[in-house]
Formats: sequence, C-alpha cells, structure tokens
Amino acid sequence: MTAVATAYETIIGLEVHTQLTTRSKMFCACSADYSGAGPNTHVCPVCLGLPGVLPVINERAIESIVMTGLALNCQIAPFSKFDRKNYPYPDLMKGYQISQYDLPVCHDGWLEITVGGEHKRVGITRVHMEEDTARLLHRVDASTGEGYTLVDVNRSGTPLMEIVSEPDMRTPAEAREYLVRLRQILRYIGVSRANMEEGNFRCDANVSLRPVDAPEYGAKVEIKNMNSFRAVHDALAFEVERQARLLNAGERIVQETRGWVDESQETVSQRTKEEASDYRYFPEPDLPPMRFNEAYLERIRERIPELPEARYRRFLELGLSDYEASTLTESRDRADYYEAVMHALNVDRQRAAKLAANWTLGSVAEWANATGNDVASIPVSAERLAELIQLAEDGTITGTVAKQVFDTMLESGRGARDIVEADGLAQVSGGDELTEIVRKVISENEKAVGDYRAGKESAVKFLVGQVMKATRGRANPQVVQELLVEELG
Amino acid sequence: MSLSKEQVHHIARLARIAVSDDDVEQFAGQLSSLLDHFSTLSAVDTEGVEPTAHPLPLGNVMRADEPAPSLPLEEVLANAPEHEDGYLRVRAVLE
Ligand SMILES: [Zn+2]
Repeated sequence: MTAVATAYETIIGLEVHTQLTTRSKMFCACSADYSGAGPNTHVCPVCLGLPGVLPVINERAIESIVMTGLALNCQIAPFSKFDRKNYPYPDLMKGYQISQYDLPVCHDGWLEITVGGEHKRVGITRVHMEEDTARLLHRVDASTGEGYTLVDVNRSGTPLMEIVSEPDMRTPAEAREYLVRLRQILRYIGVSRANMEEGNFRCDANVSLRPVDAPEYGAKVEIKNMNSFRAVHDALAFEVERQARLLNAGERIVQETRGWVDESQETVSQRTKEEASDYRYFPEPDLPPMRFNEAYLERIRERIPELPEARYRRFLELGLSDYEASTLTESRDRADYYEAVMHALNVDRQRAAKLAANWTLGSVAEWANATGNDVASIPVSAERLAELIQLAEDGTITGTVAKQVFDTMLESGRGARDIVEADGLAQVSGGDELTEIVRKVISENEKAVGDYRAGKESAVKFLVGQVMKATRGRANPQVVQELLVEELG
Repeated sequence: MSLSKEQVHHIARLARIAVSDDDVEQFAGQLSSLLDHFSTLSAVDTEGVEPTAHPLPLGNVMRADEPAPSLPLEEVLANAPEHEDGYLRVRAVLE
C-alpha cells in the first residue's frame, strides 16, 4: 500500500422531514392521530382527493412551522404560498402534493452543533410546509404470484415539515450531532414527537467528496432509507469510504440516489429512471397565500420556551459540570424536573443545584431508564423528591437510607417523611443505641477484631460494614468508624 | 409555437396516458395551437406589475386545529375498484 491517497473533504447536507403534532390534518379536519387505527379510518373527501373539495390550512401547523423557523434562527417570509408538486406515484390521492416551492415559510437560519469540543454553525437553507403521503404496502398475490400494492390513506394529508440544511457538515459525526440537536429543539418547542424509529422524523442525506482545497463540489449522491441516528452515521461513513475508493481508482462518482441497507451495512444504487424529475410546480389555486406580520411573529416568539443551548449555559453558571448541564438539558422534561427539585430545596443555591443534579441524574434517571418512561411521568413529584433530599441533607436520614426511601416512594406513592417515621429509618446518631450495636458487633467478630489489633487497619472497614448492616444503613459510617476505633482502644 | 413529437410523448408520459404515433401527430397540432392562444397574454405590458400567486385578494384563510369525524370505512371504499382488509388495492407500484 504505497499509493498516495488524495485527501478529500466530505460535504454533507441533510434533509429532514418531520411530522407536526397537530390534532387534525394539514388541510382537512380528519384526526391526525391515526397510530393504532385501522387502515383508511382517518379519511375524508379532502384527503381522499375527491373532486370538488376545498383544502383549508391548519392554523396550528403554520404556528408550529413559524415557531420552528424562529427557533432555528431563520428569516420568516412576510409572504408565503403553497404550490402543487405534480407526480404520478400514487401515495397521494390527488396526483399531486401540496408543498411549497419558491416561497417557503422560513429560510436562511442556522443551528449550532458541538463535536469534539468544537462549536460550529450549520446553515438552514429553508423550512417549508407540506402534506405527508399515504402508506403503501407491497404484497404478492398467492394465487397468481403477481405483486400488488395496498394503500392506507390515514397518514396522507398530515402536516409535514421539511428542513433543509446547507452542505455545511464535514463528517458523519457532525451530521449525527446536527440531527440530535435538531430533534432536541423540535421536542423542546413541542411541535413534533421527532422520533426516527416511529417514522415521524425522517432523514435523507446528500454526500459528495472533493479534493481538499478544490473550489467546486463533487458529484453528490443522495442517501435514503436511514431509519435511526446510527444508520445515518454508518451510511454516511460507508458512503465517504466508497466514494474515496472510487476517486482514488480514477473513477467518476455517478450522481444518483442510493438506499442504505441495514442488514448488509452498505448503500446500494436505487435505479430510478434517468429522466430528471418534472414536478411542474405551480401555485396552489385552492389556497390563498399567507402573510406574516411582526405582531404575529411576536406572539409566536413569546411562546418559545428557553431553548436547550441557553438552558445549558445557564446550568453551567449554576456550577454544574459540562456533563451534568448537557445531560440535564437533553430533554425539556428532565431539565424542568431538575429545576423544580432545585427550587423546592431549602439550602443555599449552589448546594441545591448540585443536590438536584445528583438525584435527577442518579436515582431519577435510573428509574426512567429501567421503566422506559419520560421523567415527566415519574410518580415522585419534584417537591416530594426535594423533601426527601432535605431529610438527608439535614441529617435526619443517611444517604443510603435516602435511596431506599426513594424506592419506597416510587412503589407506594407515600411521602418521604411518612416513610421515615413509619418505618423507623431515622439516623442512629451517636448515643447509647449506636454504642450498644458497636459493642455487639465487636463481640461477634473476634477474627476481624484480632486482625485490627494485630495492626491490620483495613479490618475496621469490615466492622463498619457489619454495623451498617445491623442498623439497616441508618448510621453515619464516619461516626461508626470513630466509635469503633474508640471502643477497640 | 410548435411542440415536437418528443415533447408530446413526454407530456403523455407525465400524465400516464398511452398515445399512439397517430395521436401524437394530432395532439402536437392541437396543443401547439393552445399554446399559441395563451401566448397572446405575453403581449400585455406587465412592467411594474407585482406577480400574483392567487386570483383573489385573500390571505391567511385558515381553520382552527379541531378534528372532526372522518368518513365511515364503507364510504371510503365505496368507489374503489378493488380493496382488501380495509386497504385500497392497486396494481403493483414500484418504488
Ligand atoms: Zn381528511
């Protein structure tokens, strides 16, 4: 292997389609919540494309896309309209999709990503509104052996937002981070569930390579069928290598669409017809245009919650570590819960920030992971957790006991104070009770006592453990150790 | 303005309409005269006139996000030549 490989720069742009969480569809009143519903049960003359029907824009969907644009630092077009995108693929009953062509609602924004400690802005070219398509199932007729297709129109006409990035990403890791941040923001502002596995957050990628310092982009390849963040990363990594290999062998990159195959971990060419797409866009005559004035934008802006980046910075200022601040702000639920615990604590600010972080990232996160639930649905409210933390903080119970009490709270729904009193879990602090237990442990563990007296310091740890066991964790281990040393003379 | 045979074939393909060579001959003439008819519009002086996206002076016509009942399944399927288990059934569609 002596061949000198040319150094290439990777150019990645992403297109994300994400479903908005409205109650009704984009242009008709059918319920948009069709998950689990039988096929074609959320269908009306409008989304079925029957003649003579009139679509009407869903106000909430437009508010959502404007909010998304503002959260992504976009310009909001003062004048925007819908267009018809004509194509023959039968996943829309009308024979066209209502989409946006030259006047999208949002354009020219950016999203900040951080990879390996490096901050970088990825440009957002545009965010536009369109309708989702019907779901097609491909089957084979058992008797004739011929293929046929089944159509479920439920998804058709639900609001879909397309977010197109600039070709600003240079590595698969940056692309992945862009998606993570984008999903985080969409969830924070509550416009989409943005769940890739559920199919309401879909990503296509454009990848090309060019020799470092070359002024022009190479031929770009579009990759589809990536159904997880991992798949996006792996497909891009595969594609970068494939293209570099071809270029190094002196071959040309064919501009084409390739599909990612999870099973074989490779992209394969999706042979589409050579003719370029001819969508014959024209303004949608059934929908009057939209105008957004400053007062409207201000109303939407006011509804945007503190975004993850700002919240992360504020958490750092509370004295949290980078890890704590970024993990706590991953989801809005978690950050909200954390702040509620912190505010309910009656200790100094910095201590409260740290204690609340320890618990939210500790026992609370463990519960969420184990049950697969969001922090928001934890049966222990932030106020009740704060009460428990307070008991540990003022010495009423030990840290070990606090964890047990938390588990009991989860199971029983009882309050911390109630559990501590009813179950006799208050800390055994000094006094006769503890001294008695210490003496008992000494008398029952001759060997360890002998070891200690023979100079084996570590034997005392074992004895501390025995006392902790006898008190069911209710004693302060440091106090126990002091007492033991004293008693052992 | 006159359309070529290739252009007529292309338009027919986009519309998924099968046309014979004789049809193409005929349609090329008819479609061309339609285009000629519309081209009289370009004689109008549009200097300083804003492009319009819609013929009516309306804007921001929207509805509240309130769901309403959809059609019963039987009615959805009523006009479908073929259906199966609640799905519309069509000839094989290739991705
Ligand atoms: Zn409908």
